[in-house]
Amino acid sequence: MRKATHGRTAMNRKMHPTIIRFAHWTNAVAMITLIMSGWKIYNDEVLFGVLHFPESIVLGIWAQHALQWHFFAMWVLVLNGLVYLVYGLFSGRFLRMLWPIRPREVIAEMVQALTFRLKHADLTHYNAVQKLLYVGIILVIIMQVVSGLAIWKPVQFSNLVLLFYDFQGARLAHFIGMAAICLFIMVHVTLALLVPRTILGMLTGGPRVLTGGARVTPAPHASNPAH
Amino acid sequence: MIRPRTTSRFRPKIVPDQSLLVENRKLIADIDRRKLLRGTLSLGALTFLTGCNVSDRASVQDVLRTVSAFNDRVQALLFDPTRLATTYSPDQVVKPPRFNAYYEIEDVRPIDLATWKLEFAGLIADKRPWTLDDIYRFPEQEIIIKHICVEGWDYIGQWSGPNLRQFLTRIGADLTAKYVAFHGNDDYMECIDMASALHPQTILATKYAGEPITDPYGAPLRLRTAVKLGYKNAKWVRAIEVTNTYPGGFWEKQGFNWFAGL
Repeated sequence: MRKATHGRTAMNRKMHPTIIRFAHWTNAVAMITLIMSGWKIYNDEVLFGVLHFPESIVLGIWAQHALQWHFFAMWVLVLNGLVYLVYGLFSGRFLRMLWPIRPREVIAEMVQALTFRLKHADLTHYNAVQKLLYVGIILVIIMQVVSGLAIWKPVQFSNLVLLFYDFQGARLAHFIGMAAICLFIMVHVTLALLVPRTILGMLTGGPRVLTGGARVTPAPHASNPAH
Repeated sequence: MIRPRTTSRFRPKIVPDQSLLVENRKLIADIDRRKLLRGTLSLGALTFLTGCNVSDRASVQDVLRTVSAFNDRVQALLFDPTRLATTYSPDQVVKPPRFNAYYEIEDVRPIDLATWKLEFAGLIADKRPWTLDDIYRFPEQEIIIKHICVEGWDYIGQWSGPNLRQFLTRIGADLTAKYVAFHGNDDYMECIDMASALHPQTILATKYAGEPITDPYGAPLRLRTAVKLGYKNAKWVRAIEVTNTYPGGFWEKQGFNWFAGL
């Protein structure tokens, strides 16, 4: 127990290192900026006649302001995302926490979740549904960057436009990606609110873990009041 | 104790002329780096306050326009002057072209073609104006390209007229200058970078689908370039200016991005 309260060693550190927490909240701000300014840009030329986003939830008074926000936040999202991906891939975090995803477990845990029987005692271990959602959202955001580049530079990156058939196809893909991210945010935030310790964990770092993946005997910790 | 001034290797031996600094003191005082930093810090927090719209606050606009200017430079780097936009076949052409201006179609000011002249300003050797007949005699280039609006819509159009590079060469324009500006009959002005002006798919269009461009669509001459968003393609052009001084633009003044490259 003493060991866990000491500073970070090679063997034992917080579940969410500082770089991950920083990347998570930076990404949250950038993504919300992109979504809200994107709604304003969309309103000027809608894809679906019935769907306009109310002025009260968009960012930007006129389209040019929305475009300014969008093309500012894109840098934050991409640069922050690169830091996150490079860290996740090279530190072994992705492999340790997001892999493997077994379809059998996904189905079983999905059923448990929908019947409110899914246990969430150990924060440091993601269940199969979580893994699937987190890997999925990373891929969706990467696709958003790709379709965004196709819309921004349809001549310079004409090969990217072809991935989506044509310019309007890229716009549609960008819209669908946005919808998927909004859906993810709703599920993600709801589940986090149901288990508030997870929010605290993303703020303070959460319980300590061994690099091997096993959990350190819990020390008295703010985010772990149950123990 | 006052230490004697050290002779640092970073200290210039010849002191620059201070008069320039004195003359522009006010300008230098205006460049406030802290303002930019402060603005950046508050941006994140302000994003969540949707009730009050922050986009037009002066400090926020400073930051956003600084990023937009940075994006201009990134776009200039991304621009490949030899990369061609996709072209289409005549049966895909939308007729008539889509009307678009900052006012309604009823408010288009008719042009008197008999007295119309194309005038020149700036870094151009031969500034004699061209009549419409002069322009019709110039070799014609046809491009069938997509017009992409910043709003998100697009359509395929068939445009023909003088290639801008050939035209600028003929009138002795300084092709090393930075900007080519197009002044419209309707107080509209937009300028593009020289690299885009010299792109093989940038023309001074006088015809649409083989017929002279009619009034609502920019008669008798408009810019059509495959490498810029729609609003950069000035219509009802009455004068072309080549310059090294940034001339601004109708939409840029309102906060739209200047480079606007596709």
